[in-house]
Amino acid sequence: MSMNAQTAVVEPAATPSLDTLQQQVQQLQAQVDALRAQSPDNRLSMVVFSGDLDRVLAAFVIASGAAASGMEVSMFFTFWGLTALRQKRESRGKTLFQKLMGWMTPVGIRGLGVSKMNFGGIGAKMLRTMMRQQGVPQPEEMAQMARELGVRIVACQMSMDVMGIHKEELIDGVEVGGVATFLGEATRSKATLFI
Amino acid sequence: MEIKYDVEVDARGLQCPMPIVNARKTFQTLQSGQTLRVLATDPGSVNDFKGWANMVADAELLAQETTELDGKTVYVHYIRKK
Repeated sequence: MSMNAQTAVVEPAATPSLDTLQQQVQQLQAQVDALRAQSPDNRLSMVVFSGDLDRVLAAFVIASGAAASGMEVSMFFTFWGLTALRQKRESRGKTLFQKLMGWMTPVGIRGLGVSKMNFGGIGAKMLRTMMRQQGVPQPEEMAQMARELGVRIVACQMSMDVMGIHKEELIDGVEVGGVATFLGEATRSKATLFI
Repeated sequence: MEIKYDVEVDARGLQCPMPIVNARKTFQTLQSGQTLRVLATDPGSVNDFKGWANMVADAELLAQETTELDGKTVYVHYIRKK
């Protein structure tokens, strides 16, 4: 222990001029802004393409969980997924094929079948009973909860046009958008899912 | 282990994602520094609350414990609002 404790004298470096400092601050600010623009928000974007009860259920469970964890959640419903958002069947102002499509596809979550072992809807009924037995909320309740938690629901305009689904046929509070709406959200998201 | 808490959410018998959804609703009403206790019977809630606390910026998972209550295994989670 022979070392003498020497007080380190730090020579103050030549004080940078105010201009230099201001320049450095500006550069740093620009870098921070650039980083901020690139960094994702606390956001989840989902495409719901499927019109299967089990998949739609999974989508709403994830959406509710994410929203409950403080994430901003957007769900983009396209193609078969749109059937989950329907609240009525309307045939006026549609082409023959669109009418057929309308009649052959379910109206709302209540009408959806499961992706496997549906057996004309018996499978979906069975799944619902099994969920009830386990105290799991029904898919409709899960969807309602997701919306109460602030999940944004967007219907794909192009699919709606092709399938002949009018906005009045969809449940209230649904926005309409295109691929850029999804991409705009997805590029700012921490997670994206296609269901 | 005796941890003081201010509010309790009873999520026993509920399945994913209900424990975190209910916890979230109550957590939002807490003041900074208050602690929430959640009771759950869902074994997945142990990992769920870890993940949840990671995602919610002002939540701190203080402790998790497993006890027996009314003949059932109950997972208890303590979350403090920062």
